[in-house]
Amino acid sequence: MFSSSIVRGQWSTLMDISQLFYNLLFDYTLRTVALGSAILGIVSGALGSFAVLRKQSLLGDAISHAALPGIVLAFLLTRSREPVILMLGALIAGWLATLFMLNVIRTTRIKDDSALGLVLSVFFGFGLMLLTFTQRLPDATQAGLDKFLFGQAATLLQRDVVTMAIIGVLAIALLMTFWKEFKLITFDTEYAASLGYPVRFLDVLLTTLLVVAIVLGLQTVGVVLMSAMIVAPAAAARQWTDKLKNMVILGGLFGAMAGVSGTLISGSAEKIPTGPVIVLCMSAIVLFSMLFATNRGLVWNWFRNLQNRRQLRAQAVLGDLNTLAMQHPNEARGHSSAVLRAMSTNPEGVSLALSQLKEQGLAQELGKDAWALTQAGLDEAGKTEEKEA
Amino acid sequence: MAVNAIDVTDLTIAYKDKPVLWDVDMEVPSGTLMAIVGPNGAGKTTMIKSILGLIKPAAGQVLVYGKPYAEQRHLVGYVPQRGSVDWDFPTSVLDVVMMGRYGALGWLKRPGASERAAALDALDKVGMKSFAERQISQLSGGQQQRVFLARALVQDAQLYFMDEPFQGVDATTERAIVTLLQELRSAGKTVVVVHHDLQTVPEYFDWVTMLNVRRIACGPVGDVFTDENLRKAYGGKVAFLSAENGRKS
Repeated sequence: MFSSSIVRGQWSTLMDISQLFYNLLFDYTLRTVALGSAILGIVSGALGSFAVLRKQSLLGDAISHAALPGIVLAFLLTRSREPVILMLGALIAGWLATLFMLNVIRTTRIKDDSALGLVLSVFFGFGLMLLTFTQRLPDATQAGLDKFLFGQAATLLQRDVVTMAIIGVLAIALLMTFWKEFKLITFDTEYAASLGYPVRFLDVLLTTLLVVAIVLGLQTVGVVLMSAMIVAPAAAARQWTDKLKNMVILGGLFGAMAGVSGTLISGSAEKIPTGPVIVLCMSAIVLFSMLFATNRGLVWNWFRNLQNRRQLRAQAVLGDLNTLAMQHPNEARGHSSAVLRAMSTNPEGVSLALSQLKEQGLAQELGKDAWALTQAGLDEAGKTEEKEA
Repeated sequence: MAVNAIDVTDLTIAYKDKPVLWDVDMEVPSGTLMAIVGPNGAGKTTMIKSILGLIKPAAGQVLVYGKPYAEQRHLVGYVPQRGSVDWDFPTSVLDVVMMGRYGALGWLKRPGASERAAALDALDKVGMKSFAERQISQLSGGQQQRVFLARALVQDAQLYFMDEPFQGVDATTERAIVTLLQELRSAGKTVVVVHHDLQTVPEYFDWVTMLNVRRIACGPVGDVFTDENLRKAYGGKVAFLSAENGRKS
């Protein structure tokens, strides 16, 4: 009775998942929404990689928050809820915020982190005020502008996704076209300037692309959490690779994975805003990367350290056995592990090290607990001594 | 007489309202190895950055081989301070060195086989060829400096600017860099180095500019690297150094 209900429970979960995949392939709405999330993930992951490398992660946060008044003002001015028009408003506001911020940093004594905080809160506060005002208007109750706070992927229409795809392809194409130049100014701005590249123009272009990437995601992820989609995919990707190209590609891939899975999960339950779920999915990818990435992952590092320690311990015992062998140059005599323990700075590790050396064919057990180096072991010890000399 | 590699006249630069360089003249003949020395905040780095057009002067004129820098860029190589970039950037040694060709490549063209060959050649000259595929975060300070040198070498310039290339490098690397600089001079190139160690000035360089916001002196080391000028540039702070220098000269 009891166990059959568990089985039934598992069975229904399985049904749910297969239903989800079925819907993804054949359900028109779900496919549209997932596609939109994938596009936003790719663009924000790719451009986010540059933002993170340029130490502009916080700039992304300020831009996305600053987009809110742009969205509401665009609606107030046009009385239209067309995403394209609202996105245009977001784009202009995000861009203005960036310019404002850069000028504050350049012309006043306010440092960049304070300027970012200032712009973020001023623009966002203004946006919230406008939003409250708009919702009190008699004809605006249906506008649903508050969806832009936390994102609602379900509101994506095919038209929106087509627009997103066109803008996304354009942004990625520009990124590829100016790849060499962007890489150069990201690594060494002054050197780029000394070579004659118009650093200011390239800087503005790259920042504009970042603003575009952010604006693309606002409808799905929302202004509050969009910056996570800029920073997190890049942070996860960096764990796996030491090449800029791979980092950008991986960033896009991770962004798309989080976008699609987040949309699907939030779509399977009523009234969950999409943004937070996407960000949670993204966090899972970041966590996994931090732990298990082959390049910098913690688990990998721990494992490598362990291997190094073992290797060093074996090396020390190898050296000790060699010293003992030197004392009896003409006979192959075995030595007990007790002697080795007495010589070692780490006596507990000796027996492990001995079995490791035996496995590697460097040491042999002549009798019971009588250890000696093999010819290969003697050669190895000779090599190590030479290196140290 | 041949045209000077650098002619700076009346150069004045100010941050906000504080002058960093004040009415400075400097002329560097072609084929010299010149040190710029002076105390912290004397404007040494500002000087070379303004020649490179990275800082806009409030007044004054800079000529490189008789023409403005913008027209002579292809003749100039630059080695910025090692600490000015993030060495954790995801790229390889070879990639960084190839950046030296980006100026000659121009817009939109990708580096290819010939850039690769030039970069490997430059890495060979600084003794870093075996590091070509290495991720740059794995380099020591001295190795980073050599990579930056190699990047300037592939620019194949006539005039090189180097901002503290000996900062934080070991004695071996310092020797290797000095040898390289002297080879460049022998090949007829001009090298300008922002330098900190006064004791090595007479040994390494043949020309020196002494700065302390104003120009103190500029000329052959034997003529202008004197106790009196050092005192003027550094105030009383380098008594022990000038005593040593006095013995030498």
